[in-house]
Amino acid sequence: MITRLEDKELKRQSRRQLLKLAPVAALGVFAFPKVSDRLVAAGVRFSDWASGAMFRTRHPAQTFSNADVVPFAKFPYNGYDVLDPQVDLEKWTLTVEGDVRHPGEYKLTQIQALPKISQNTRHVCVEGWDVVGSFGGTRISDFLTLVGANTSASFLEVECADDYYESIDMASALHPQSLLCYEMYGEPLDRGHGAPLRLQMPTKLGYKQAKYLDTIRVTNVLMPGKTGYWEDQGYSWFGGL
Amino acid sequence: MPNEEDKNREKHEENNQHQQKKDAAPQSEPGPGDESCAIEMTTMKVQPDAGPAPAQAAAEPAEEAEEPALVRAAYEHPLPIRITHWVNAISLFVMVTSGLRIFRAFPSFGPKIPEKDLIDIPKALTLGGWLGGALQWHFTFMWFFAISGLVYVAYQVASGHYRTMLFTPRDLPGVWPMARHYFFFGPKPPATGQYNPLQKLAYTSTIGLGVLALLTGIVLYKPAQFSWLAFLFGGFHWTRIWHFAAMCGFLAFIPGHLIMVLLHGWSNFFSMLSGWKREPDYQE
Repeated sequence: MITRLEDKELKRQSRRQLLKLAPVAALGVFAFPKVSDRLVAAGVRFSDWASGAMFRTRHPAQTFSNADVVPFAKFPYNGYDVLDPQVDLEKWTLTVEGDVRHPGEYKLTQIQALPKISQNTRHVCVEGWDVVGSFGGTRISDFLTLVGANTSASFLEVECADDYYESIDMASALHPQSLLCYEMYGEPLDRGHGAPLRLQMPTKLGYKQAKYLDTIRVTNVLMPGKTGYWEDQGYSWFGGL
Repeated sequence: MPNEEDKNREKHEENNQHQQKKDAAPQSEPGPGDESCAIEMTTMKVQPDAGPAPAQAAAEPAEEAEEPALVRAAYEHPLPIRITHWVNAISLFVMVTSGLRIFRAFPSFGPKIPEKDLIDIPKALTLGGWLGGALQWHFTFMWFFAISGLVYVAYQVASGHYRTMLFTPRDLPGVWPMARHYFFFGPKPPATGQYNPLQKLAYTSTIGLGVLALLTGIVLYKPAQFSWLAFLFGGFHWTRIWHFAAMCGFLAFIPGHLIMVLLHGWSNFFSMLSGWKREPDYQE
């Protein structure tokens, strides 16, 4: 729509409208690395909060037929440090601590005595690749019941034999497909994939699936800078799929 | 012709003095928004400059002198459009550069093994420094990108302003003449509205690209929660390809858009800041 107006008036209108746009310039703070580092970290925390809010404990991740599973030889080994932290599989026990009624050392046979779940699910790496693998283990939720964990606590922390460490939200831990995994492709977990016990959660990214589990802790408090090996360097803590 | 021009100017100044005297008498001033009046005044004003019929001009009503220079202008871009345009421009820059950094971590499509690196994207074109840093930028600006996009579309629909830019089948015949003008120096088709058919096609396409980028991004971010959406895009691997394709679409649009803005000068560019375009090349 064309209007005809005095030059002065057009300039005045233009100036007023230009000023109304000024708040957009606030995004310029992202140009300063010191500020932007904190802002984008806050952005990830907000995204994590939103991810947690929309997470559905009863919504299953996709499962696959045996024909869709990649051969075991093509399932990548991925470690942050060493692939074999020399766990003594004979003497290994899982230490259970924190907000549980029966803390202590748990043998692998005690975990294997719980109902076994086998599932073909997708393992998604934060880098963008994925593999469909075959996993077997016991539900984390069943194990938490066994140890008398307070499942209204907020977090599950794990420590690993290779000094890796992780923490996950209780809702994800209680998901029916979240496993304490001791088998892949029907065989006992091999050393490179985290023997004797690892986390396997198809609703979480790969870096959340800690291997060579050593300790599990039920807690309401996460120490800042101690929430997860990669998270402490900037990865999303929720890491949910 | 300098003499004639000088003469005209003198005449004009005379007129102005004459009217200023008259103006001293109190009378109702027409507001700047009084359009009907403004249009009438322009027609009046042109006559003294044209040369003949000065007598008639002198006899005209007093308002004439208050508008020594009326300009044609159009309020092309309402504030919500301008805000979302710039927020979106910044977001797109961040999403593309951080996205390229993320892609460097696995510059391939399909399975991990055998991995075939498709391209080595220079680090200088990327944002975030490393995968984790790039993800932080991506996960922050995805909100700006999504919200500015949704507000833009909602405003366009609610205000009816979309009619200026939405490409419809009626615009189809106008695409080729415009492309011929731009790329093959063909004659310039007359401007009929705020945007020509080629512009409408380009802008409407970018909205499609935005929707594609957003939906595929949601799937890549939460493939388990949005498994049905992943299915629509042909699975996780195809979604990654579509997400990349959306970026390629934006990368095809942006240079063309910037070149056109450069070619069309300051007033055109400034209109996306102030909303107002001075002397638009179309009527109505």
